[in-house]
Amino acid sequence: MTEAREWSRVAQTSAFHELMQRKKAFIIPATIFFIIFYFGLPILAAYTTVLNFTVVGAITGAYVYAFAQFAMTWILMHLYVNRANKWDVIVDRARQEAAEAKTSGGSSA
Amino acid sequence: MSNTDITAFVFFVVIIGITLVITYWASKRNVDASHHYVAGGEIKSWQNGLAIAGDYLSAASFLGIAGAIALTGFSGFYLSIGFLVAYLVVLLLVAEPLRNLGKYTVGDALTARFNTRTVRSASALNTVAISMFYMIAQLIGAGALISLLLPISFNWAIIIVGILMTVYVVAGGMVATTWIQIIKAVLLIVGSIGLSIAVLSQFSFNPIALFNAVESDIGREAVIPAAPSGLVPGLDSISLNIALVLGTAGLPHILIRFLTVPDAKAARSSIIVATWIIGGFYLLTPILGYGAALIVGRDRIEQADPGGNLAAPLLAEALGGPFFLAFISAVAFATIVAVVAGLVIAASGAFAHDFYTNVIRSGEVTEQEQFRAARLTSAGISVGAIILALLLQGQNVAFLVALAFAVAASANVPVILLLIFWKNFNTIGAITGMLTGLISSVGLVILSPVILGDAAIFPLESPGIVSVPLGFLGCYLGTVLGGRGAEREREQGIQRPYEEIYVRANTGISNIEEEIKGATPSSEQRTT
Repeated sequence: MTEAREWSRVAQTSAFHELMQRKKAFIIPATIFFIIFYFGLPILAAYTTVLNFTVVGAITGAYVYAFAQFAMTWILMHLYVNRANKWDVIVDRARQEAAEAKTSGGSSA
Repeated sequence: MSNTDITAFVFFVVIIGITLVITYWASKRNVDASHHYVAGGEIKSWQNGLAIAGDYLSAASFLGIAGAIALTGFSGFYLSIGFLVAYLVVLLLVAEPLRNLGKYTVGDALTARFNTRTVRSASALNTVAISMFYMIAQLIGAGALISLLLPISFNWAIIIVGILMTVYVVAGGMVATTWIQIIKAVLLIVGSIGLSIAVLSQFSFNPIALFNAVESDIGREAVIPAAPSGLVPGLDSISLNIALVLGTAGLPHILIRFLTVPDAKAARSSIIVATWIIGGFYLLTPILGYGAALIVGRDRIEQADPGGNLAAPLLAEALGGPFFLAFISAVAFATIVAVVAGLVIAASGAFAHDFYTNVIRSGEVTEQEQFRAARLTSAGISVGAIILALLLQGQNVAFLVALAFAVAASANVPVILLLIFWKNFNTIGAITGMLTGLISSVGLVILSPVILGDAAIFPLESPGIVSVPLGFLGCYLGTVLGGRGAEREREQGIQRPYEEIYVRANTGISNIEEEIKGATPSSEQRTT
């Protein structure tokens, strides 16, 4: 079971806690937002006619809503990738902290 | 043969020739199971980005959506938005954890936590089912398209495409498949941009003028959502959207794409490339669909194919004559063969790697045997798909794709999410969840108007709104009612410690002994 101890050593580092906190702080709100924003369109379209207004020419509210979903996807994708690339640095720190904990823990045991 | 036939024939032969040269080149690199399944993890990120786009933009996207928008207007555009936003589910929730846990297949990720053969078998069953539905849809599309363009019968067209995909996968594995996807993606981008420019040139390059023409010539109902018509049709539309958005995150051939690059950073860069291409393509679909409705006419589109699948090729013919028709048809053909090849790899991974290597042989197989099993099952799956496609011809392409998505959303997604995020999840829960999702989505489609018509017992055409919650419920009830509880399973070694899965899925650390040595690790020590 030495391997299990190694994993929990990583799990207990402050860097890993920080990683999970940052991940959750972005992923949970982003997911809730895009799901609500996405399903808003089919639900509104299925039960109401509020999206039938005209924006410019024959471009209707439904199309504007639909195009906004494209913008949302691209924006969230870039936000995610930028953040995830920074998370890698925290993962490296977690490795390092776990290794240090091992060295000091190993010498006292 | 007419002139059109000859031009089309030349295009087809050129494309087939190029893909066979690639396959020959790739076959020299396709030396082991790792190359067969994930190209040895050696694909560059921009290449993988193009290949993801290639996997994503199937015949359903190119032919199906253009046809749906041409015939039904805004409602057809739902498919575009659904496929695109679906990517966020993959990206935010599933891609990195699965990449961190998996090796060749979805089953690998599941068994990283649940060390039992039954979990692997159930996952393999789902992958094979999803890939088969999808593949049959693509093959039927290929048959319809090629028989329209060349003096070849529907059946022969399916057989030719089927043989090609078998050759690509068996000889060239994932290396060949990836390059064929890349070529196909480039052709598809060039083709759809060319077609869009040709359409817009008729409307002084003003998309709004195109929409205006649709409103005045076809009617306002073409640019607004279908009028609300009661509870059940509304639920059906929402149900379809659930399957589209969640289902992508359960499609094996999309998920294995993240395993073909060397590290997580490369996986992310490939996502940037893929999302821009995919989104850009889907933005063009209203131009293609409306263009076809205005320039070709709804009647002619429906006459050529009641499902509307020939809208884009007919539009090309109307705008650019036989040459353009031949080019667009060749693009559609490349689209189909590339996607089916990717599906064969995903299905063969489930069969050969999950089922044969790890369930039947308990993982005690030499590298050579694994590789042989991978190629043999690829051939077997191809033949099976060809036979089923021949038997099931006449079905609407989009319906079968929708079924694949429903199974993926209901059978794969709940178990993948809970695997990563639920500590008390156990093996019985995983198995019940996967089977409930699979059986309920297929069962509800059989009971639906799609199969039973007016005698339908289940009122919705798309099962997602019921089968996805059932998939989650199956996971939950299986865990709570059956089995030994996660803690007992861990003591017995059936389940890995959750802490390990949690750390692995979130960090990408895979070989803990190596990576945490007690010395100061350098930052190059990134996981692969």
